[in-house]
Amino acid sequence: MTLDWQPVLLSLRVAAAALLLVAATGTLAARAMTRRDFPGKDVLDGLLVLPLVLPPVVTGFLLLVLLGRGGPVGGFLERAFGVQLVFTVYAAVLAAAVVSFPLMYGSAKAAFQGVDRRLEDAARTLGAGEARVFFRVTLPLAWPGLVAGTTLSFARALGEFGATVMVAGNIPGETTTVPLAIFFAADAGAMRTAGAYSLLIAGASMVMVVGLNAWTRRRAPGWRRGGRPRA
Amino acid sequence: MPTTRTRRRLAGALALLALVAGCGRPAEREARAEPVVLTVSAASSLREAVTELAAQYEAAHPGTTVRVNLGASGALRQQIEQGARVDVFVAAARGPMDALAERGLVDPATRADLAGNALVVVVPRGSRAVREFRDLAAPRVRRVALGAPASVPAGEYALEALRGQGIAAAVEAKAVYAQNARQVLAYVESGNVDAGIVYATDAAASPRVAVAAAAPPGSHRPIVYPLAVVRSGGHPREARALAAYLRGPRARAVLLRRGFLPPPAP
Repeated sequence: MTLDWQPVLLSLRVAAAALLLVAATGTLAARAMTRRDFPGKDVLDGLLVLPLVLPPVVTGFLLLVLLGRGGPVGGFLERAFGVQLVFTVYAAVLAAAVVSFPLMYGSAKAAFQGVDRRLEDAARTLGAGEARVFFRVTLPLAWPGLVAGTTLSFARALGEFGATVMVAGNIPGETTTVPLAIFFAADAGAMRTAGAYSLLIAGASMVMVVGLNAWTRRRAPGWRRGGRPRA
Repeated sequence: MPTTRTRRRLAGALALLALVAGCGRPAEREARAEPVVLTVSAASSLREAVTELAAQYEAAHPGTTVRVNLGASGALRQQIEQGARVDVFVAAARGPMDALAERGLVDPATRADLAGNALVVVVPRGSRAVREFRDLAAPRVRRVALGAPASVPAGEYALEALRGQGIAAAVEAKAVYAQNARQVLAYVESGNVDAGIVYATDAAASPRVAVAAAAPPGSHRPIVYPLAVVRSGGHPREARALAAYLRGPRARAVLLRRGFLPPPAP
């Protein structure tokens, strides 16, 4: 058996692209949701977390309906720009991003909620502007949670299958990530290939989670116990 | 430490879970009381035909239930090799059946060819992107759906036809590989691909696609649906009776009415 590394490299690229999207939007959304109150906030929060509890196939199905050539978004993109999303690598990135978003959002939200507002207010009384408060006080205090969020999102994006196969299909070199390669290898009876890819994914995920735990314990002992970070 | 109250709540939740989990049991027991449940694993392109035949057989044999398990022939072969309890296997190509025969997993005496089929190019209804088979290589056709050749016979036949026309590389570069023949059809129906290669019977089963071209004659091996009784099923007598019915004239009539061809000469 020779292992094809193409799906591995593709998975890393897709997960990295998804992570870029998710790290930015997840952090911003979490920040906004922890600092603002508005009607319907609980519902919006539920919607943002939904992909975590929804079966990925359902997420994929909704994306397919939305983005397909006959769908509202896909139809518009097709007519306006002649662009097709479904069955492209962009669809794979989007699927991975949507499914891993709640992990980033949830971790970031918990991290921001754990930041002592009095410290931010103290910085303000000392003349720091909002941007400076965010980057010099809030972000460093929330850092461990944000790192946890990015690690978990990346691991989730790397393993994404259900939504991806629905909306991105199985296109070698473009959307055939490791999970899809595993699925199709098993269908074709290439059990050794499927097993090797599975071990690879399991190993990578394990390394990420264990690494994250070790890093968190060393870096921020107070944060892990669920209390407020030590200033 | 959990308080008594939390513990009581936990116990309540567990009891509820146990209740829900237990709900499946009585039905299972009832099913076991039924004389026989036969499982037919059939290529996905046979969906309507086999479902109809199963219903006919059940009507003629009260007490026998026929479950239909559809999928790519290669995937169904894997299930049987991994020990799935299946009584009758109908594949869309000789390969998967030969593989099972080599391992002694099917009864060779029961093997027979049920039907044949033809290969066509379908496009979403209203599309004019494809007029002849070789148009699949044209740049205006951006995405082509094929069955994954390693497990889906329709994809294997399609690849042979594409190679025969010298356009395999051009089409493979824009191919999205489906998990079974019916998924190819679904991809074309949704309009998310410009064309797909499916069986003539698949094309006829969908009002949302149009046949744009046929695969050139002789460009691929003849399509054949072999059937055999699988040894793992555990109902050899009943399975043989069902297999005989599927090979018989009434079943042939149903298959022909649904657009299948008589089986090609071996």
